[in-house]
Parts: sequence; C-alpha cells; structure tokens
Amino acid sequence: MPKKQAKSKYTADRGIPGAFEGETVTRRRFMVGTAHATGAIATSAILLPALGFALGPLFEEHKQRWQPVGAPDEFADDTYVPKVITISDGIGEAGKTTVYIRRRNPQLDTDKLPKGFESEQFVAISTRCMHLGCPVRYTEAAQRFICPCHGGVYDFQGKVDGGPPVRPLDRFYNRVKNGQVEIGPRFSVNRELDRFSPRNPGEPLDGIGGILYPSRPTARKLDSLPQD
Amino acid sequence: MPKLKLPTPPLPPSMRPAPKRPGAPRQKPLDAAAEAGMHTVDWIDERTSLSGGLRWLMFRKVPKGTNWFYTLGSATMFAFVSQAITGVFLAMYYRPDAAGGAYESIRHINDDVFLGEFVHGMHKWGSSVMVILIFLHMARTFFFGAYKYPRELNWVIGVALLILTFVMSLTGYLLPFDQRSFWATIVANNITASGPFVGPYLGDFLNGGAEFNATTLSRFYAIHMMLVPGIIGVLIGAHLYLVTKLGTTAPPWIKAKPADELTEERA
Repeated sequence: MPKKQAKSKYTADRGIPGAFEGETVTRRRFMVGTAHATGAIATSAILLPALGFALGPLFEEHKQRWQPVGAPDEFADDTYVPKVITISDGIGEAGKTTVYIRRRNPQLDTDKLPKGFESEQFVAISTRCMHLGCPVRYTEAAQRFICPCHGGVYDFQGKVDGGPPVRPLDRFYNRVKNGQVEIGPRFSVNRELDRFSPRNPGEPLDGIGGILYPSRPTARKLDSLPQD
Repeated sequence: MPKLKLPTPPLPPSMRPAPKRPGAPRQKPLDAAAEAGMHTVDWIDERTSLSGGLRWLMFRKVPKGTNWFYTLGSATMFAFVSQAITGVFLAMYYRPDAAGGAYESIRHINDDVFLGEFVHGMHKWGSSVMVILIFLHMARTFFFGAYKYPRELNWVIGVALLILTFVMSLTGYLLPFDQRSFWATIVANNITASGPFVGPYLGDFLNGGAEFNATTLSRFYAIHMMLVPGIIGVLIGAHLYLVTKLGTTAPPWIKAKPADELTEERA
C-alpha cells in the first residue's frame, strides 16, 4: 500500500475552486481568523479600559498636605496632646484621624533624624494600631497606647509592649510654620525607629518584613515632601 | 385540543382525575379557562420546546434513601434568592455616600420607610442564615461522600460559591456605615493587606487607594450588589446543571443491591 501523500500546502494543488497561485491560506480560514481577531479587538477595547479603571487607584499617589494643629507651646515633652487631622477628603468624619503629639525629648528620643528633618521638634504618633488598624488611645496613667480591639499595647514612644502588633506605631512628619505646628505625611518605623514609607498595619518591618512587604505606588518613599 | 401533554407525577389510581361520565355537560367555564391556559402554554412550548428541558429538570429519578438532608442545597439557594430580592428593594433607598449619606439612608430605611426595618432585617439575618445553610449543605455533601467521582467539579463550584458568599458577607458589612462596619472593614482590609508581596496591592485595591477614602464605600457597594451576585447566579446555574445531569447520590447507609444475574442463587 502506498504511503498516504501529505496534502500540498498550496490551495491550488488541493483543487479548491478559485484558488490563486501561491495561496496557502484558504479564504474560509482567513475569514474565520479575521472575524475572531475583530471580536478580540472589540472585547479588549471594552475590557482593558474597564480593568484599568478598576485598578487605576493602585498606582495613583495618595495626596498629602501639611495641616496646622496648634501653637508649639501647647505641647509638652512628657505627655501627649490629641489633635484631629484629615487623611481622606470629602468623606467627613470617616476621613479624619487622631494624632498624638508631644515635644521631642532629647534624652528619650535618640532616633536619628533623616536628612532635611534635623530640626524636627515634635513627635506625632498615629492612632492606627499596627495589628489590624483599630484606633489606639493614649492612657495617661499607664503612659501607654492601648488598642481596644485585640489588646495591643505600646509604650510611651509607641514601641510594642505587648499583644499582637508587629511594629511600633506609625508617625507623621511635622514642622513649625507661621507659629503653628503642622502635621505632614505619615511614615512607618521599625523597632529602631528608622523611617520607612507608610506600610499597612500587620506588616512587620524588621528582619524579612521589609522584603515581604514592599512599599506601594500609592504611598512611595517620601523623597520630596509636599511644599506649600 | 392542546397537543401538550403535561408531565404528571405517578399518582395512585384513587387520586387520578376521573374521566368524564357520558352525558355530563361538555364544557364548564372552568374547563374553558383551563383549556385557554393550556393553549397558551402549548403556544410557547411549540416555539421553544421548553417542556422537554423542564421535564429533564423536574422529573428526575432519585435514589432510595433520599431524605430531608438533601434539601439543604435548595434551602441555601432559597436564602440567596431571598437576599437578592430584599437587596434589590434595599438598593432603592440606599445611598453609598461615605460623607454621612449612607448611614442616614439606612436610618431612613429603618425608621421611616414602611416595612423598611423588616426588609433590612430580612437581609441582615438572612445573610447569616445563608452562611449557616451553605455550611450544612457542604457538611451533608462531605459526610455522604457526594463529592466523589463524577461529582468533583460540582464540589469545586460549591467551594467557589462558599468563598463568594463570604465576599458578600464582607462587602455587605460595610454598607450600613456605622462605627462597627467602618472598623470591621478597616480590620478586614488590613488582614487582606498583610499577605506577603501582593497583600499591600490587594489592600489598596479594596480601598481604592492608599487609605480608606470616598470611593471605598461605592467600590464595596458595586462588588456587593452587582459583581458578586452575577457570578454567584452563573455558578448556581452550573451547579444545578451538574446536579441534574449527574443525579444525586444515595446516602452511604443504603447498600447497593447486586444485579440479579450476579447473585449466587440465580447463577
């Protein structure tokens, strides 16, 4: 029995009516391909913008500004004064947060100030618990920050004293301008109080933590703070 | 006369409708109405052939030993349908406005709208009922071994439905926008964000930015009332199709009867 001959790749050799010389793709296959390609283009023209629309906020930097909270002499270096700032605009109370502010105490606050902030005079501590983000409160009698949700406890400097939190409380950049203490963008700290770009609660910054939880495009390292 | 023969369940002879006695009046008004209805159904069926599919769906053989535990799946679906219906009507009054409108609209539903508290309550408690039922249904499937070949794919779809039900619980919890829902969502988003590498991005996706902001609530609302219910509906369809196609299993305590020719006495 003769071996079955492979079909010629030329449509003319396969006896297809109306074949052109040198044509290898049948017109039926060409039409099917065209229809599929058109469908794919039309679908992606709808899907891709929709996807970008939903994912866009992931890559948009969070707008931050300086907010005055009071005169410098309101704040002592042995206790905290709570002040309210806005972190998200346009949603009223839900966008506000409390910041605990005190004057820097050179004996206690030995953490190195980054370049450009050597003159920072205040410590502004965020109330966001570093376990899962509940609001902590400062308890004067214990000189500690205590979280109502899952029992996180932080010492006077905001370092973890007990409970589930994974790193010290976040802080805010601050400065004195026009006779007012102004609170700037948030930053996160590790156990040594080194400054990092803001991370979500529950993300440790010591040891392997910095590798497991990279900074996000929405809250990148703050090379340049907002002017104005 | 209509051509359509309605499928009838196998009733005992005493319960079957008696044939007409000779000399009875030909057609009473009730019969005429029944005939008109029959003609309508017939007209639709002639153009759609739906009756075959319905018969396939409704009149299935079920194994011996089928019991009340087999209704847990339908009960879960009923809970979902109840959530969908009450949800649609709640959406008529609800405003996903994080600046205070959301809380105010829920207060309005509960305090002012006629039966508003009832419908809201149905939706709120119904969600717990659905989660409980879906777990009982899952336990039934597990303990009866109903996930085994050839029904593994239906188990997989069921797990996807379970996860989507949790997504519904999570996204729905924020909507009343009181202190409890706000902080619960903060915690939930931070749990999501604490996954390594992708976690921070997922957290930002849920928040719609670096912080809880004006779009977070509307995001959760859209996911809660449109995205996830749509997917759940499609998956329930696939789940039911497979149940109908593969049939249900007998409970494990029912022993299969060996075929006649295989029993020793017969052989």
